[in-house]
Amino acid sequence: MAPIIELEDLHKTYESGEEPVHAVRGVSLTISRGEFVAVMGTSGSGKSTLMNILGCLDRPTSGGYRLDGIQVSTLPRDQLSDLRNRKIGFVFQNFNLLSRTSAVENVELPMLYRRTPLSAAEQRRKALQSLEMVGIGKRAGHTPNQLSGGQQQRVAIARSLINDPVLLLADEPTGNLDSRTSIEILGIFQRLNDEGITILMVTHEPEVANHAKRIIVMRDGRIRTDNLVANRLNAAAELGRLPAEGGA
Amino acid sequence: MRLQTSFRTAFRALLRNKLRSLLTALGIIIGVAAVIAMVGIGNGAKKQVEDQVASMGDNALMVFSGSSSRGGMSGGFGSAGTLTLEDAFAIKREIPGVQGVTPEVEGSARISSGNQNWFTRLNGVDADYFSIRMWSFTHGGPFEERDVKAYAKVAVIGKTTALEMFGSEEEALGKIVRVRNVPFTIIGVLAPKGASFFGRDQDDTLVVPYTSAMKRVLGVKTIPRITVSVERGKSVAMVVEQVSNLLSQRHRLPGDREPDFSIRTQEELANMATATSKTMTTLLGFVASISLIVGGIGIMNIMLVSVTERTREIGIRLAIGARGSDILVQFLIEAVTLSLLGGMIGIGLAFLAATLIMRFSPMPVYITAGPVLYSFAFSAAVGILFGFYPARKAASLDPIEALRYE
Ligand SMILES: Nc1ncnc2c1ncn2[C@@H]1O[C@H](COP(=O)(O)OP(=O)(O)OP(=O)(O)O)[C@@H](O)[C@H]1O
Ligand SMILES: [Mg+2]
Repeated sequence: MAPIIELEDLHKTYESGEEPVHAVRGVSLTISRGEFVAVMGTSGSGKSTLMNILGCLDRPTSGGYRLDGIQVSTLPRDQLSDLRNRKIGFVFQNFNLLSRTSAVENVELPMLYRRTPLSAAEQRRKALQSLEMVGIGKRAGHTPNQLSGGQQQRVAIARSLINDPVLLLADEPTGNLDSRTSIEILGIFQRLNDEGITILMVTHEPEVANHAKRIIVMRDGRIRTDNLVANRLNAAAELGRLPAEGGA
Repeated sequence: MRLQTSFRTAFRALLRNKLRSLLTALGIIIGVAAVIAMVGIGNGAKKQVEDQVASMGDNALMVFSGSSSRGGMSGGFGSAGTLTLEDAFAIKREIPGVQGVTPEVEGSARISSGNQNWFTRLNGVDADYFSIRMWSFTHGGPFEERDVKAYAKVAVIGKTTALEMFGSEEEALGKIVRVRNVPFTIIGVLAPKGASFFGRDQDDTLVVPYTSAMKRVLGVKTIPRITVSVERGKSVAMVVEQVSNLLSQRHRLPGDREPDFSIRTQEELANMATATSKTMTTLLGFVASISLIVGGIGIMNIMLVSVTERTREIGIRLAIGARGSDILVQFLIEAVTLSLLGGMIGIGLAFLAATLIMRFSPMPVYITAGPVLYSFAFSAAVGILFGFYPARKAASLDPIEALRYE
């Protein structure tokens, strides 16, 4: 099958400071449909920079990037917006939900920017369905400050999936969560991955990374190692072993 | 994004900071209210003048002593004393198409009755005066030609003066007022006419035969003004021409010298008054427009603050696929909503002000659709104009930096 992501000698240099920072220096990478990749590496190794480029939030200084067969390194701003809207879902460490806006409306947000808008009723239906899928349908009317971190991250995942993206990008999605909640989130990721969504996830914790199928380690803007996970962890099984808590 | 959704989002954002939104819109509110009220007052004044022309007849003309180039309406006209009673008689006698002629003398006088005192305007006129000015009576009636001939000590009183001196119009009839110690018997009370073109209360007056006024009270020989009415269907311009020729001849003016009198038709006087009120209206409208612009600057200021406060929100929207233009439209609509709400409240306020002004003052206010639509459109334009810079600033934010913003 055609790869979702093809990177060819990708470079990113920040010129803003006193001297240029070479955040990414020559990354070539292919990720196929249905993969679940964890990106690891020391702080400052260029993981977030790479994710931003993959997410079409930023453009590489040089090198090629094909997303789902489209050469995006040279696309204008508006077309990058449209790609983010239709092909990519983001999950952030700090959730990035709109405050004072209910969960269901947060989930509806990406649909508002579709070039082919849906009816309001259809939007609501899809948003509720998406919330249901991440196990938080009952909290649809709550605003982020009425939700726990894990619940907020579920809302964020529901939002990232709403336009049926081909690629889910998660930059330290469990960074602000306790271990049990982390496993719950990873369980959702694994389930989504089983359903066919390609996932790229940045993490510092080997424990978390071991839920992926493939681990890439970065250092100084380059890929150091790129291995398949030998003993993959299954979040659902782990949760079954953990003593039951109050639940989500 | 759908426009409907954009408006809903804008409303929400504004409702989140109710007080701030209201204070921001205040500039627009006051600006719009001021524009509409000011123009309304100007129009009211204009309409009043037009009504007066209609009530007084457009067939009247006035001859003033003194040339028109010396001084303006208030000081110059009627002050030089070049017109005589003979001029008035000659006009009546010799010019065809003239319906009525009255010499007019006036002066301010203290009048008294019992222990009541009042300063009023004393008018000395001929019996024709009342028909020329289309002035009717609520009580009693006018003096007649023979009263004038007989230097009769009879007077007709205006409504304001009657109320001040006697408390009511009925009471005034038959009473005696002393004008500089000359006793006049009141034989009529005039119907109210309101303020003149130039703002004087026409009902504050005591009208007596010119003969009595000149000889018994004022002691003058010349007259400042002659009022002439033209027969219906006859050309006013023609009569003006003939009066001018006649008086030049009578005053033995060589052709090249400036006349020592001036003639104004009722229409010209009305035009002068409307021109004045027009200038005022324009000026007031201009000042009020400036406050709209100041209101716009307030909107720009608050929108800039809002863009900074919501940098992260903008970052999120960009990350999930909003285009720069979506963000631009969102903030532009917010600014326009703010200014349009301000505009609508301002329009409401203007109508309220108009009602209050008309209730508590004699000033008529006449609000027309023009300034309402104009200031509504103007406030929308202000919103777009002053909202554009902040909105563009929001739209051009870098998504990554916006997401990182604390
Ligand atoms: N906007 C920027 N301007 C200048 N330098 C930047 C910018 N963003 C990142 N950098 C630099 O690029 C390098 C890579 O940063 P990046 O955020 O990609 O690291 P990371 O691997 O995500 O680190 P962490 O694990 O701490 O999140 C760092 O040296 C950082 O200082
Ligand atoms: Mg990072």
